[in-house]
Amino acid sequence: MIAALRCLILRDLRLAARRSSDVLTVLLFFVIVVSLFPLGVGPDPKLLRTVAPGVLWVAALLASMLALGRVFAADHADGTLEQMMLGATPLGVIVAAKVLAHWLITGLPLVLISPVLALQFDFSQDLLGVLILSLALGTPILSLIGAIGAALTLGLRGAGALLSLLVLPLYVPVLIIGAGAADAAASGLGGTAQLLLLGAMLIVAGVFAPWAAAAALRISVE
Amino acid sequence: MGINWFKYSSPQTFFPLAGRLAFVFGALALAACAAGLYLGFFVAPTDAQQGESYRIIFIHVPAAWMSMFLYVVMAFWAGVGLAFNTRLSGMMASAIAPTGALFTFIALWTGSFWGKPTWGTWWVWDARLTSELILLFLYLGFMALQAAIDDPRRADRAGALLALVGVVNVPIIYFSVQWWNTLHQGASVSLTKSPTMATTMVAGMLVMTFGFWFYGIAAVLLRARCIMLERERGSEWAMHYARAAA
Repeated sequence: MIAALRCLILRDLRLAARRSSDVLTVLLFFVIVVSLFPLGVGPDPKLLRTVAPGVLWVAALLASMLALGRVFAADHADGTLEQMMLGATPLGVIVAAKVLAHWLITGLPLVLISPVLALQFDFSQDLLGVLILSLALGTPILSLIGAIGAALTLGLRGAGALLSLLVLPLYVPVLIIGAGAADAAASGLGGTAQLLLLGAMLIVAGVFAPWAAAAALRISVE
Repeated sequence: MGINWFKYSSPQTFFPLAGRLAFVFGALALAACAAGLYLGFFVAPTDAQQGESYRIIFIHVPAAWMSMFLYVVMAFWAGVGLAFNTRLSGMMASAIAPTGALFTFIALWTGSFWGKPTWGTWWVWDARLTSELILLFLYLGFMALQAAIDDPRRADRAGALLALVGVVNVPIIYFSVQWWNTLHQGASVSLTKSPTMATTMVAGMLVMTFGFWFYGIAAVLLRARCIMLERERGSEWAMHYARAAA
């Protein structure tokens, strides 16, 4: 089962590497959305410093959602997904592998570039660690929850807009706690509680979301 | 024991029962709402602090309760539908969603009407308001997903899964929003610390709650009847009904 997991992740990574423009588009989207905010709210450094965690988090949320459509769509279109579902590997494992690969492709680059963007917002360098850690813990949760929505909307017309309607309300707790971590750290409370909560949510989502997404896939592909 | 638990799980037997029940609950709803509104607007005393504007709670609070309760009922039917693969459960879940969304909207709207004279603002990012708003989004997402899927069986099951995921999330959303709210701004407004209410106020609210509840049952059953007819239009009993009605 581990071998299948590894094989699937490597396959998805290789596919992404061959079409690296897809990965870059999501990253660029993230950078552009974050850069738009100072243009919208004004360049006041004090204001930017306060909104930085929220802006980064909302942009990460949107970018991760933008990429969700691709988790299963390509494999569904060429029939690979059906072959995978017919195979001996449990569907939950397949989903977990695809979600993990999806996060490595679209989530991890966001986390890695976020410190640079945070500096544009004059965000305190001492707090960068908390912000990055919150994003590193939070974005996989977004991918996991999003996978359920992606599986439910597989092959539907207008799937993109529908997906956002389904998934964004479910993202609310992650957003609140994730952006709250850096806020709490900035106010001197320390973000440990939020980071621990994010970790707990990641574990719970990691256990249940692949299973729910597998059930959704069975409903969508039958 | 010779109880057939699944007797009314087929649309054919449930359809006439739903019609009778909808009539009974519709009449009860009318009576309860009339009594509740009378209690609320004529019998209950004026609030010492809020004046007459508090009377909106006779609509607001029951609607808010119903909005949350109906989501749980919807998730229950969705779960039953997934577990037993019964057609009717999915129809019930999709029939509940619009009524639930309606109550959520009413709760938000009346809350805003109450907030303007009392808090001086149409909207605050209070924990309850925010989670009620997200609940509305959950209802709308459920309805949008079902509307996007042409095959009714797939729509039922996809919606059921979404409702179950949603019902797991509702408490998490509620507590995270509450926590976020206390983190950002001190407890500026609180509904829980309201002064103890006069008995007639409580009575009016309870009667209204029952009125809304019965209305919910009647509306859901009527909508379920329409869904049953639409989906079973090829079957003999539905054609028979349509011919008799024509």
